[in-house]
Amino acid sequence: MAHGILVLQIAAESLMPVAGRLKQEFGFDLFLDVTATDWPQRRPRFDVVYHFYSTRDFVRVRLKTRVEEADPTVDTLVTLYGSARYMERECHEMYGIRFRGNDDLRPLLLYEGFVGHPLRKDYPKQREQPLVPYRDVKR
Amino acid sequence: MSLPPLTTLPNPIRPAFTKGLTPGSVIVNIGPSHPATHGTIQIVAEISGERVVRTDVHCGYLHRGFEKECESHTWHTLIPYVDRLNYCSALINDFAYCEAVEKLMGIELTPRCRHLRTLLAEYSRIADHLTCVAAALMEMGAMTAFLYLVTIRDYIYEHIADLTGARVTHSYGRIGGLARDLPDGWLQRLEEILDQMDTFVDRVHGLVDRNRIFIDRTRDVGVIGTTEAINWGFTGPILRSTGAPRDLRKDTPYLSYGELEFEIPVGIKGDNYDRYYVRMREIDESKHMIRQLIDMLQPGPISVDDRRCTLPDKQAVYTEIEALINHFKLIMEGPQVPAGEAYSAHEGANGELGFYLVSVGGGVPWKVHCRSPSFVHMGGVHRMLDGYQLADLVPTFGSINMIGGECDR
Repeated sequence: MAHGILVLQIAAESLMPVAGRLKQEFGFDLFLDVTATDWPQRRPRFDVVYHFYSTRDFVRVRLKTRVEEADPTVDTLVTLYGSARYMERECHEMYGIRFRGNDDLRPLLLYEGFVGHPLRKDYPKQREQPLVPYRDVKR
Repeated sequence: MSLPPLTTLPNPIRPAFTKGLTPGSVIVNIGPSHPATHGTIQIVAEISGERVVRTDVHCGYLHRGFEKECESHTWHTLIPYVDRLNYCSALINDFAYCEAVEKLMGIELTPRCRHLRTLLAEYSRIADHLTCVAAALMEMGAMTAFLYLVTIRDYIYEHIADLTGARVTHSYGRIGGLARDLPDGWLQRLEEILDQMDTFVDRVHGLVDRNRIFIDRTRDVGVIGTTEAINWGFTGPILRSTGAPRDLRKDTPYLSYGELEFEIPVGIKGDNYDRYYVRMREIDESKHMIRQLIDMLQPGPISVDDRRCTLPDKQAVYTEIEALINHFKLIMEGPQVPAGEAYSAHEGANGELGFYLVSVGGGVPWKVHCRSPSFVHMGGVHRMLDGYQLADLVPTFGSINMIGGECDR
């Protein structure tokens, strides 16, 4: 338990069975959110964090799983929740987490051709990637 | 100065499809800047005649790196950024974010602050719903109804500006309290505005509710059922319009909602008309709540007496060294938030507005993640667009109330 939410720390392989049980047996029918946390000094480097809500019991649960920087892959949850599709796209472009089985991981908030994953801690805040090159201003 | 030719400019998006499924269908691009959709959103649609076969919705044109920017500000100085998420009801964002930080710090609000936050959240919700309904009606050609509703919204904005100093982005929430107490006469003016609102909202009901044009364009258009709405992550008025009485204010009471008496309006079919009506009824409920809260407000402090987050009294800063150091530390280093992670969700005007914060201790957040309802809704909006006429896209989109600031962050 952390600040009123049940937290489950699970291995990446057991994500699918655990999420499936949460939905089928415990009624967590609303997929709220998926995001990641970057811990550059730690191995494995990333936490993938899920939030679920039960519209029957009005409780939330947080699922956390750790993935390695070399292979940041977890299973997709699109087969359980339609809304996972869009949110996994965001998490993929921001942190580079790959969702195995999600066939639509195109950039969403960023643009086609953006290099890097901006919410990783090693991405400098000031880096510029103009899509259209800057023009010379002649005075 | 010469522009590169248009054909060499890279396309910022890659559509999910470039060829139609059915013979004779056409791919059209709508947006990102289209006069009939409020909000910068791009929809690539396959249409067969006037019928929409499938759509591919692209957002992100208002992305400004909110979450990245937050990681280099103190817990306090990022509040103005939070305001700019849902800029139609900025106060709800403030309070949801502050509550998440207060959870991490273990702070209990004063009763006056709790009631005032609830009151202002409901007041913002009214403004947000007025904006949404007004814009949706105007896009269908109902200019009079638009002007009635926006008149009231402007009264509300000016009134909140009296309190906070800004019309739209107020930056009024503080960790552990509020920026300042109510000015004199503020509550009297509030009563006046609520009374005037009754008149204007009644006029709009009279103009629109049984209007043939309005019903034809909204009834049985953009229908979604409860199970499907939950599967696609819909919350807030859209979920309630399907008939599910799900409201965080009732289900997981926060602030003062547990002490208030109110109903959850629900729709029947989950179509555009229901979404319009749920919002109009929610305005009534919010008004009812505000009147109860005015009676509940008692004099008292608005910020907690906690030196970790509340700035010391200005007079003390000028005369006592402890208060001066305290002030300096809070401004320069930020409130010291213990390590941990918290998720706090409020019922925003559009749905569940959640903040997931990670702290490693210290004055700067390690991570601020916003679960914004508009963003999630954009992931499921194709369920409401596909299969209807191309012209239905405008009222359906209006009834969803996509807010770019919140969607694209």
